[in-house]
Amino acid sequence: MGVDVGLARLSNELIAGGIAAYSVAFLGYAVDAAFGNHAPVVADRKAVGSDVRARALVGATAGFAITDTSGALLERDLPADATPVEPGRRGFLATYIGRIAIAITVVGWLLELGAILSRGFSVHRLPWGNMYEFTLALTFTAVTAFLVMMTRQPARFLGVFVMTPVVLALGVAVLVLYVAPAPLVPALHSYWLAIHVTAAIIASGVFTVATAATVMFLIADRYATLTAAGKPVRLSALARIMPAPEVLDRTAYRAYAFAFPVWTFAVVAGAIWAEYAWGHYWQWDPKETWAFITWVIYAAYLHARATAGWRGREAAYVAMVGFASILFNFFIVNIFITGIHSYAGV
Amino acid sequence: MSETPTDVDDAATKLDTAPIDRTTIDEPAELDELGTRQRGGHNPARSALGALRWAWYSLTSMRTALILLFLLALAAVPGSVLPQHASSPLRVRQYYAKHPTIAPIINAIGGFDVFGSPWFAAVYLLLFISLAGCVLPRSRRHVRAMRARPPAAPRNLERLPYSTTWTTQASVDSVVGASHDLLRSKHFRTDRTSTSVAAERGHLRETGNLLFHLSLLVVLGGVGVSANFGFTGTVLVTEHEGFSDTAIAYDDLKTGALVDKTKLPPFSFTLNSFNATYQRTGATRGAANSFDAHVTWQPNPGAKPRTDDITVNHPLSSGGANVYLVGHGYAPHFRVTDGSGQVFDQVTPFLPTGGTFESQGVVKLPDAKPQQLGITGFFLPSAINDANGRPVSSFPAPDNPAVVIGVFAGDLGLDNGVPRSVYTLDTSKMKVLGTAELGPGQTIVLPGAQGSVTFVGFDQWATFQISRDPGKGVVLVAVACMVVGLLLSLRIRRRRFWVRAVPAGAPGLGRTVVAVGGLTRTDASGGFDEEFAGLVAALQFKLPAASDLPDLGGTQRLREE
Repeated sequence: MGVDVGLARLSNELIAGGIAAYSVAFLGYAVDAAFGNHAPVVADRKAVGSDVRARALVGATAGFAITDTSGALLERDLPADATPVEPGRRGFLATYIGRIAIAITVVGWLLELGAILSRGFSVHRLPWGNMYEFTLALTFTAVTAFLVMMTRQPARFLGVFVMTPVVLALGVAVLVLYVAPAPLVPALHSYWLAIHVTAAIIASGVFTVATAATVMFLIADRYATLTAAGKPVRLSALARIMPAPEVLDRTAYRAYAFAFPVWTFAVVAGAIWAEYAWGHYWQWDPKETWAFITWVIYAAYLHARATAGWRGREAAYVAMVGFASILFNFFIVNIFITGIHSYAGV
Repeated sequence: MSETPTDVDDAATKLDTAPIDRTTIDEPAELDELGTRQRGGHNPARSALGALRWAWYSLTSMRTALILLFLLALAAVPGSVLPQHASSPLRVRQYYAKHPTIAPIINAIGGFDVFGSPWFAAVYLLLFISLAGCVLPRSRRHVRAMRARPPAAPRNLERLPYSTTWTTQASVDSVVGASHDLLRSKHFRTDRTSTSVAAERGHLRETGNLLFHLSLLVVLGGVGVSANFGFTGTVLVTEHEGFSDTAIAYDDLKTGALVDKTKLPPFSFTLNSFNATYQRTGATRGAANSFDAHVTWQPNPGAKPRTDDITVNHPLSSGGANVYLVGHGYAPHFRVTDGSGQVFDQVTPFLPTGGTFESQGVVKLPDAKPQQLGITGFFLPSAINDANGRPVSSFPAPDNPAVVIGVFAGDLGLDNGVPRSVYTLDTSKMKVLGTAELGPGQTIVLPGAQGSVTFVGFDQWATFQISRDPGKGVVLVAVACMVVGLLLSLRIRRRRFWVRAVPAGAPGLGRTVVAVGGLTRTDASGGFDEEFAGLVAALQFKLPAASDLPDLGGTQRLREE
């Protein structure tokens, strides 16, 4: 089967548009974060996991026991200067821009969806057979996860930290990883490609968003700790515009708790496919090994959250190491280490 | 929760069902659930038994498990960076050639066989012992907890993280009855006294958690079964040739410690034909599109022969063994006539040297007269001449097959007992008779009446991996349980509700204060606010607030207000 050149070119144009939209959205989120009214952000942390109806009935549940984080975290619920600021006109405008950024994100999301679909149709297959296509799919799931999270809980504050890696990754994809569309080698002719790789992409995309929240948590938590101790904080402006650390921690944990079973399933599906294709469900190929390492590290993260002395910052560092292992698997193993996954192509 | 009064602590007993909430011995605050560990943790080794007990508690503590998890991840890293014997012996040899000084050191510490090394085994075995030491007692406790009744309502429900009170005109009995019925209908396990209802749900969370961890143990068991009772081997089969599953027929066979090599599955097959198709145009021209090995096979010698196609993602299964297609190549067919007039028909597999399947090989004729003959050369599936006029192959498909050969006469060196590779020709005691590029049907006549060599045509060959993995069914079921267990343990919320009815106002007025409290201990799924609010709303619908009385307790009362 040949390659539909017209569709392939359309895909490239759509992705360029997608990157432009995401970049504009990034600016919008940045303006919102820097100048928006932060009173709503403080309110947000009370409302995480609830909706207006529930709050109206139960009343403000501010500061209810967040029992999965350490007591110490609870002590410093609010940074001293986080009292709601007077909503000014500038703040309203910035918040409005933040809302527009969501709309622009959706536009970028649609463009990227179009790029993925047209790339797929141009080669008559699922478009995740090489690193370029995988990066597109991965950033697409990250943005999808971000958008879905915003429908369930206040999560717009993640915008800057989600759009940064997304735009960077897409830039690298287009400039460095791009390959012309082509059919797949026989080893990838299997519906397990759809199952295994799709699960890996979804998990990686959600891990990306979770990592964004964890990075924010580390910044906000450091700020909260230092201000509570009466110490000066450099770059405090960055932290002051963020939600409270426990909100970020919980947002991240929810994303990890979603992505970890999906990652587990991706590894299992890969093993089943390997059994069909290679006759061994597990042979410690470099990519398998790193998928396993990632799995073990995120398992450690989940355990760390339940271990005294490891909650909070320590658990967050473990999760960061987990994401580093995903990046290592994707960039270093794919490019520099040969194994049986090598046909996946750069 | 330092300010929390004791009765709320009681209410929260055993509610903590985080992924694993193994308590650590040096954290007495967390020991309410595991009194036994407390003893071990606070009596450092005074006797041999005490030391043993201390070691056991340390090993099964959460902190140790965490460290072992890190060690496991760390120990796996060299296995991905260094070439491994099991998967790429060739690259291990290359590594030896490139780094002759450090390669033996790496080998000595198991660096080329990380996943079979004692230190890797030590880490995962310790982890699994730690896991079993935690999960098995915990399973026992969980079974007990599932049969236990929900803990009684704490004295002061308003001190719970979620609570509300209102006054109703219903009697104490009907408040208790209505609450009990409501919670029952929502599938809570309930317990009632004359003035209160206790309800609990979400034991499936811990069930899932334990299922996940127990399944991990089963996976290890399944892998152990495979390692002992499984086998894996490879064999190269040329078109029209057969293979029957005996140890001797393999090119390479690895069997588990407990496998009887004389009792391999009795199947056999013949490779009727092999077909590969390739990408003809575009950037990936020459990449393979499909491989197909057409075989006739029998599950055992007496059975009716049947035909099947073995392709890359479609192995053949017989008698618990699977046959996988793992490689392919060309086998040129030479008809050699020696000086005495004897005719030899030789179809010899040549090994591909690159993507265009330029294949190298050797034909040895030890019985040729008057001298032994040897042929060495290349098979070119799509022969063209490159810029220097050298014949090369331009495409992997046999569009224009040709061979480039040198014919030698002399001593093949097969008789001196030194093992020789079938893919190399030792020409030290031979002299060249001639070289030629031949198309199909073309012949080179050897000088001095030594005979002739005809390139008749070619067959294709395929390599098959044949393996039996008896533990894999168990492993598959166990990993499925792992995923299910993980979903349960991360998505289900364990929570408790209490309702208490207290008579209020003047006796006989029939006013009752309803207090509702809720407690949960997880944040992954969220939404407890809504569940609590929904439950309160449903109760208030059944037991409406008395509108003519002021709220005695206030409608909303929060612990930390």
